[in-house]
Amino acid sequence: MIEILQAVMLVMVAAGALAVTRARDRVRQVLLLSGYGLLLAILFFTFQAPDVTLSELTVGTVVLPMILLLAIFKVRRGERGREE
Amino acid sequence: MSPRQRLVLFTVAMAGLAACFAWAVAGLPGFGNYPGPYGPVILHDAVGQTHATGVVSAVNFEYRGFDTVGEEFILFAAAAGLSVVLRRLRDERESRPVDNSNRLPVPDSVRVPALIFTGPTVLIGWWLASHAQTNPSGGFQGGIMLASALILIYLAGEFIAFRRLSPVALLDAVEAVGAGGFAVIGLIALAMGLPYLDNFVPLGTIPGAVSSGGTIPLISFFVGLEVAAAFVAIIGEFGEQTLLVRRS
Repeated sequence: MIEILQAVMLVMVAAGALAVTRARDRVRQVLLLSGYGLLLAILFFTFQAPDVTLSELTVGTVVLPMILLLAIFKVRRGERGREE
Repeated sequence: MSPRQRLVLFTVAMAGLAACFAWAVAGLPGFGNYPGPYGPVILHDAVGQTHATGVVSAVNFEYRGFDTVGEEFILFAAAAGLSVVLRRLRDERESRPVDNSNRLPVPDSVRVPALIFTGPTVLIGWWLASHAQTNPSGGFQGGIMLASALILIYLAGEFIAFRRLSPVALLDAVEAVGAGGFAVIGLIALAMGLPYLDNFVPLGTIPGAVSSGGTIPLISFFVGLEVAAAFVAIIGEFGEQTLLVRRS
C-alpha cells in the first residue's frame, strides 16, 4: 500500500519539476514552485521522514516563494521606473 | 556549430550519461534496504541513552550536535551577509511607509485566511520548537513555522505591522541569543570537564515526558529562536528593498 503511494508521489514530483521548468511567466513559475514544494513534502512524508516534511513544507512552500516573489516585484518596479 | 552537429553531440553525450546512470542504478542496494551499521544502533539505543522519544531530535542535538552547531552558524552567517548586501546605499532613499504607492491591493480572500492562520501557526511553531524531545522535528522546523506566522501578517498587506512586530534591533538580539545559547550549552559541558555539547542536564526519569532529554529541548529552543529571527530578518530585508527603498 505504502509502496503505491510512494510510486505515485515520485511520479507527481517528477511531473511537478517538469511543470516548474516549463513555466514561462515568472510569477506563475513561483506559484508552481510552491506547489512543487508541497508535493515534495508529501513525498518525504510517504517515505516516513516527518522532520524533513516539516522543513520542506515551510521553506519550500512559504519562505522561498515569498523571497522570489519579492525579488520579482522589485525587478518589475525597476523596469517600470525606467520606462517612465 | 550547426544544429546538426549539436544534435549529434547531444545524442552521444546523452547516450553516455544514460549508460552511466543505468550502471549506477544497477549497483544500488535494494529499495528500502539500509546497509549501514549506524542506523540500527541508534534506533536500538537512542531512547535508553537520551530519554528522548523524538529520535530524530536526539540525533540532531545529541549524537551529531556538533554538526548542528555548524549548520546553525551557516544560517546565522547567511542572514548577516544578506543584511550587509541589502543595506541602503548612498544613492538610495527610503520612501515614506505611508506612501500610497507602497500599498499593495490585498484582496480580502487573502487577508482573512492569512490573519486567521497567524495565531495557530505561532502555536504550532512554539510547540515544535519546545518539544523536540517528544516530536520528530525540533528547533529548525519550529523556528521557520514562527517566521511563517510573521510572513502571514506580511501577506495580509501589513508590512508596517510586520516591521513593528519585528524591529531590527530585537531580531538581531534574538538571533544572537539563539546562536550563542547553543554554543554556550556546549561550553558549559566543557567547563564541567565533559566533552563539548555533552548532555549534562538530568535526563528525566520517564522517556517521552516533557522534562526528559536533558540538553535536547534546551538546544532545540535556542535553535528555534535563531532560525525564527534569521528567517524574519531575511524576509524583512527583502520586503524593505521592495517596498521602501528606491533609487533616487
